[in-house]
Amino acid sequence: MFAMAVGCALRGVAGVPVTVEADLANGLPNFTVVGLTDRAIQEARERVRAAISNAGFEFPQRRLTINLAPAELPKEGTAFDLPIALAVLGSCGKQLDMRGTAAVGELALDASVRAVVGVLPMARALRAAGTRRLLVPEVNAAEAMLVEGLEVVGVPSLPACVGHLDGSRPLRTALVAAAPPPASVREADLADVRGQPFAKRALEIAAAGGHNLLMVGPPGSGKTMLAQALVSVLPDLEVDDALEVAAVYSLRGALRERPATCARPPFRAPHHSISRAGLVGGGSGLAQPGELSLAHRGMLFLDELCEFPRSLLESLRQPLEERSITIVRSRGSVVLPADFALVAAANPCPCGYLEDSRRACTCGPRELAVYQARLSGPLRDRIDLVVPVPRQQYAQLFATGAPEEHSAQVRDRVSAARERQRARNRGALNAALEGNRLVDGCHPEAGATALLATAGERLALSARAYHRVLRVARTLADLEGSERVGQGHVGEALRYRGEEAA
Amino acid sequence: MSHDAARCIERGGVGWPPRLEDLARPPERVWLRGAVDPAHPAVAVVGARRCSEVAIRVTEWLTRTLGAAGVQVISGLALGIDGAAHRGALAGGGSSVAVLGCGVDVCYPRQHRPLRDALLARGSVLTEEPPGQQPQPWLFPKRNRLIAALCVAVVVVEASERSGALSTARHAADLGREVLAVPGTISSEITLGSNRLIQDGATPILEAADVFAAVPALAGRALPAGVPGSTTRPPRPAPTTAAGRVLDLAAGGAVHPDELALRLALDPARLARLITELELGGHLVSTASGRVQAVTASWSGR
Repeated sequence: MFAMAVGCALRGVAGVPVTVEADLANGLPNFTVVGLTDRAIQEARERVRAAISNAGFEFPQRRLTINLAPAELPKEGTAFDLPIALAVLGSCGKQLDMRGTAAVGELALDASVRAVVGVLPMARALRAAGTRRLLVPEVNAAEAMLVEGLEVVGVPSLPACVGHLDGSRPLRTALVAAAPPPASVREADLADVRGQPFAKRALEIAAAGGHNLLMVGPPGSGKTMLAQALVSVLPDLEVDDALEVAAVYSLRGALRERPATCARPPFRAPHHSISRAGLVGGGSGLAQPGELSLAHRGMLFLDELCEFPRSLLESLRQPLEERSITIVRSRGSVVLPADFALVAAANPCPCGYLEDSRRACTCGPRELAVYQARLSGPLRDRIDLVVPVPRQQYAQLFATGAPEEHSAQVRDRVSAARERQRARNRGALNAALEGNRLVDGCHPEAGATALLATAGERLALSARAYHRVLRVARTLADLEGSERVGQGHVGEALRYRGEEAA
Repeated sequence: MSHDAARCIERGGVGWPPRLEDLARPPERVWLRGAVDPAHPAVAVVGARRCSEVAIRVTEWLTRTLGAAGVQVISGLALGIDGAAHRGALAGGGSSVAVLGCGVDVCYPRQHRPLRDALLARGSVLTEEPPGQQPQPWLFPKRNRLIAALCVAVVVVEASERSGALSTARHAADLGREVLAVPGTISSEITLGSNRLIQDGATPILEAADVFAAVPALAGRALPAGVPGSTTRPPRPAPTTAAGRVLDLAAGGAVHPDELALRLALDPARLARLITELELGGHLVSTASGRVQAVTASWSGR
C-alpha cells in the first residue's frame, strides 16, 4: 500500500516542502529511507519503529520503503520523524485526513513529540506552498502561529496526533494568543551615557542613515556602552523584518534567548576569538546561520576590531556589500540573510594610549604603522562614520549638568529621518546609496558643492572618502528635514570622515 | 643617467660627492641610484620616526619651500619626519636624496616603497652599504654621518633625547655644518631633544626664511614668493566669536572636541561645522587621535 505525508526541509533560512512517501510491499521485513538523507534521518527509523509500537499501533512486518521527495535535495535533521510515522501508519491502512496538512516534529521512543529547530521558516515555506494545516510539537506552536493564514496544531504525542487526524479525538487548534505583548529586551539607554556629545551624535547619524560606525578610543572610554546604546535608538522592526529575524533565530534554536515576537533589532557582539563558521555560518552539512545572520536587521558590534583575524574581517565584505552571505558547499550553496549595521570599536594604537593625557603610549613607530594599516583596507571603505571617543574624565562622569537625552527622543528623530529616506530612495537607507543614485539624491546647495571641492583639495580626499562624506551629509540633511544638502551638513560630515592611513 | 641601475662610485671617482671628503674617514665607495647628482648644495631635514601630526605638517611645509627654492633636501627615508621631508621636497618641485642604512636595492621601511620610487624618478638614493645589505641597527649611526657630510646644514624638526636625528646633528656640528632646530613645547618628551639642541646653540627656526638667513651657502637664493600648493589663509576669527573661542581653547595643545563642546556649551553639530571651517582655513589641524590643535600660519603649511 502507498501513503503520503508532507514535511519540510531547510535550506539556509528557507524551508523547502518535502513529500514523504511510504510504500508497503510484500517481502522480508525491512525498513529503508531514501532521498539524500543524513544520519539523523537514517536513525529516524529506530525512533519511528519504537514510537509506533509504544503508541499502541502495530509496526508492519513487511517490506517498508520511505522516499523523501524531491529526492535530489539534501535533507537533514529530526523534523521528519513525525511525517514519516504518519506516512507509515497511512500505508498500513489507517484512515488519516492529510488534505492540506503538513507535519514536523521529532519523536521520542515513548511516542511523545519533541521540539525541533527552524519551525518558523518551515511554516512560512509550507504556507506559501499551499499548506493550510500544520502539526508541530507543542513547544513550537507559538512560533508557527506567527505565520498568517495557517491553522497550527500543537501535538503532544503521536497517538494524540493520530486521534486528531482520524477525527476520533480532535485536538484544539492553537489559538492566536490575544496579541502577545511585544516581548522586550533590556537595552542600555542613551541617557545613561554621560558626556561624549560627539559620540552620541555619531550614534544618532549612524542609526538614522544605517551607516557603519567605527569608534576609536582608549580602553575604558565606554565604547561598548555606546554601542549598546545605539541599538536603543534604532526604531522597532517592521512585522516582515521581525519575522525574518525570528526565522534565523528559529533555525539556531535560539528563540529562547530572543522571543519570536520581539520587535527590537537584534544586537550581536561576538568576541574576536570566534571561529569563521561561528561568525559567517556553516558547520557540518548544510550551513547554520552564524553571528552575521543573527545580527540580521540589527547591529553587529565588533569590539577590538584589530584583534579579529584578518581573514574574518575579509569575510565581512560580502555581507556589507550584498546584505547576505552565500556559503558554498560541495552539496549545494545556501544564502543566509545578513543585513546588519556594523559598529566597530578599536584602540587608537596597540597599547591604546596614543596621545593619552594620563599615560604615555609605548608603541614603536613600526608597530603603529602596521596597526593603522590594519584599520584601513576594504572594510574601512564601508565605514562611513569614524568618531574618536576620549577617556571619560572623572569629573564629567559625576557632573550634574544638563539632563541627558533619552533614547526614545532620539529614536523619534531617527524614525522621521528614515521615513524621508525611504520615500526618496525607494526603500533604501542612505548608507546603501552609491554613485549616481547618491549624487542625484543629494541636491547639494552651491555652498555645499564649494565646500566639498575645497575639502577634497586641502584634505586630499579620495573618491571613496568623498562619497562617504556625501552619504553622511545626506543623512544629516534628513535628520534636519531638509530636502537639499547644505554647506553645514557637509561641514559636519567632514568631521566624521576619519583619517585615512597614508 | 639611468634611473634603475645602481652605480658604484669609488672614492675620488667621477661623480664622487666632494663633501664626503670632509669626513675624518670617508667611505671607500658609495652606491647611487636615481636621477639627480647628490653633489648639489643641500639641506638635511631629519627628525624622529615617532612624531606629532603637527611636526609632519611643519616638515612638509619647510621642505616644500626648500624644494621650490631649488635646494636639495637630504634625509634618511625613515618613517615620520624623514618621509615627510622627502615628500615635501618633491611636492615643492625640488629634488631629494635619501641616504640609506641598507643596500641600495633594499627598500626599508617597506611602507615607503612608493616614496622611494618617486625619489628614484626625481631624486636619488645613496648608501655606502653594498647591494643586498639588510638594514641593521648599527648601520644607521654610520648613515647619519653621511647625511651630515653631504649637506650644508641640518634641520632637526622633532626629536626626543634618544632620537638618531641628534647623532646626525652632532656629526654635522663636528663637520662645521650649520645646525638648526624647530622649537617644540617643553612639556613633551618628543621635542626634548630638538629643544636641547637650541639650548646648545642651534638656530631656532620660526619660519622658512630663517633657514635661508642662517645658512651662508643659501644666502644668495631667493625665497620663493609663495609656497607651491599653499593658499592664502583667511584671517583669524575675532576672539569674541565662537570660532575664535574654539581657537583660544585649542591653542594650548591638542584638545578633544568633546571637551570643547562642554566648555563652550555648543552642540556637536554646530561645533563640528566650526571645526571643519577652521581646519580648512588652516587655523586648526586634527591629530591622529581625533583631537584638534590651533596652529600659526607657518605651522599650518599656509
